Amino acid sequence: MLLGVLFSGGKDSVYACRRAMETDSVACLITMVSANPDSYMFHTPNIAWAGLIAEAVGVPQLNWPTAGEEEAELSDLSDAIAAAVDEYGVEGIVTGAIESVYQAARVQRICRELDLWCYNPLWQIDQLEYLRLLVLEGFEVIITGVFAYPLDESFVGARIDGPRIEKLEGLRDRYAINPSGEGGEIETIVLDGPVFKRRVEVLKAVKEYDNYRGRLIIKEARLVDK
Amino acid sequence: MILLVDLCFRPRSLSRHEFVDPIAGILRRAGSEYEVVHFTEVTEDEILRADRIVLCGTALKDDLYARRIDLFSWIREFPKPVLGICAGMQVIAALFGGEVVPQPKIGLDAIDIFKETPLLGTPRRIEGYHLHNFGVALPPGFEIVAGRPGEVEAIKHADRPVYGIIFHPEVRNRWIVERFDALPLNEIR
Repeated sequence: MLLGVLFSGGKDSVYACRRAMETDSVACLITMVSANPDSYMFHTPNIAWAGLIAEAVGVPQLNWPTAGEEEAELSDLSDAIAAAVDEYGVEGIVTGAIESVYQAARVQRICRELDLWCYNPLWQIDQLEYLRLLVLEGFEVIITGVFAYPLDESFVGARIDGPRIEKLEGLRDRYAINPSGEGGEIETIVLDGPVFKRRVEVLKAVKEYDNYRGRLIIKEARLVDK
Repeated sequence: MILLVDLCFRPRSLSRHEFVDPIAGILRRAGSEYEVVHFTEVTEDEILRADRIVLCGTALKDDLYARRIDLFSWIREFPKPVLGICAGMQVIAALFGGEVVPQPKIGLDAIDIFKETPLLGTPRRIEGYHLHNFGVALPPGFEIVAGRPGEVEAIKHADRPVYGIIFHPEVRNRWIVERFDALPLNEIR
């Protein structure tokens, strides 16, 4: 089946893409470029780099702008998916939703209206098991945003590895944060992994952090051969 | 051993991560032994070894299972607990002479449990995640446990531990799978 993956370049959309590639053909990566940094639906930090990550994965990207206003952005998403059907002949849509009923139900409704299959291959996955799977399978995932207490500055720009997962597990136990950031606590970007034909190298980035909100803003990056 | 039956349109499909793996995860974390098998590949040996059966859900556009109800006829004679989730509930209804009817619903909604059962417990209101194009009309020999005629949420066979729920317990109601896992094998009512 030809599939379009909703793609931000963060770990969830990249790993959903990997799972889709194991069983089906990924025809395009659909990126919603939201003008609203607090979008209800779409990952926004460093979204401008999603194109470079799509290039690294070697799948065509379909960029679609949205103002990012609640509910109106769903109409934009529906238009983007319809364009993916027209341009790439996709028969189904893949999302990286894990726990968010808000996101999953809305994409399901759009797919139903457009008579498309809808896949959520990370749905209800145990978040710590998932993080360990990413490391085990060789994904290089960097934390590009933290948005919750008690995530300190050391998390911004950190690579998700064994010790970082242990820290997140401890914070989950003590503060009930979602260790994979499903509640919006963490945003990530993926620089390399098994589905990458080339890897992304960050050349210049700036860290911003204040009062448990921080971002790693990538200024320069390039593709390099593996 | 709990036999998780994958009802998706083909073995090892992308959908299995969404509709089978979450149920398997609940059982794994509960320390229960389970095996996953696609509905087109169930063997007699697996049926004989199974202590209970879960028929998992499918994607909205997936309806192959509904066109191959003949492959599920063994469930009629299975003497131990059976739980059909969403598509699985539709299979149970079809097997026992009920009807599968158009009844699309996506998202969270209130569910009124009005009959006490070992699976869902005492009457009360809960919230559950729905993802279905079809519901069921009550099959003969079954009773409605939750919902109402025209919008049946959960059913149970009157004399056997055979249950169907149209909503997805893996979302916010994992306790239902855990309770099913703990039902006595000789449970009658």
